[in-house]
Amino acid sequence: MSEHDHPVRPKSPQQLRAEALEAVLIEKGLVSTDAIDAVVDQFQNEIGPQNGARMVARAWVDPAYRERLLADGAAAAAELGYAGAEGDHLRVVENTPGVHNAIVCTLCSCYPWPVLGIPPVWYKSAPYRARIVREPRAVLSEFGLELPEDVEIRIWDSSAEMRYMVLPMRPEGTDGMSEQELAGLVTRDCMIGVTVPRLEVAA
Amino acid sequence: MTPERPDDQPFTEPWQARAFAMAVVAADRMGADWDEFRDRLKAAIAEQPDRSYYEAWMDALERLADEAGEREGAPQPQLS
Repeated sequence: MSEHDHPVRPKSPQQLRAEALEAVLIEKGLVSTDAIDAVVDQFQNEIGPQNGARMVARAWVDPAYRERLLADGAAAAAELGYAGAEGDHLRVVENTPGVHNAIVCTLCSCYPWPVLGIPPVWYKSAPYRARIVREPRAVLSEFGLELPEDVEIRIWDSSAEMRYMVLPMRPEGTDGMSEQELAGLVTRDCMIGVTVPRLEVAA
Repeated sequence: MTPERPDDQPFTEPWQARAFAMAVVAADRMGADWDEFRDRLKAAIAEQPDRSYYEAWMDALERLADEAGEREGAPQPQLS
């Protein structure tokens, strides 16, 4: 029997490749371990969908902000302090009773980092990128979102030129909720458009 | 609540997060537009659509890094 008290998982080929690549880049003077750590930290702790959620909540309570948000998403995000890489060109598209929006990047993974963070692995996957355009209703259904047949579904293809974010409709029964409470209802997936905010009812 | 799927996170393995950060840092140090990385990423994905995203990512990063030192006006690598 082995003397180790826990199994050591062998490194995958991809992990070995990443480690070798990091060593090469360090040798070329293109990265440092500290710089990599700092970026990882930034993306884990500073940016994320909580930013977009605050924009949505603000738009729900402040009609003037909502107008500015729909007119120029990047400027409205910057108003709240959310700016940075991949945040320059942002268009916010609003859901209405007749129109439901969802975002994709069919060619890679363009996404509004400063307001939504880094996209989930499924957003970057070939099946999502292809199917949300070809069969949006089926994909949304797999995410648990059933939309009536008379609701138009619009898919926005992100690119180097423009990133998108969805402004969902404010759910029923939220009158009197604070802006912070409203932001708590808005998940990342609501702003990608594969789901909608729901008021959780205590069992 | 349904249990969270592994692919719901930005990265399914820690090395992917490092590969992501490496590209951000390297592009910045090279003075390269993010679009230059993005174009190589799109090409790598198109070449092998069934391959995993972060493998394409590393391909793109290697291609971009190969050009370091050949770019006018880019910060020169530090020699220790």
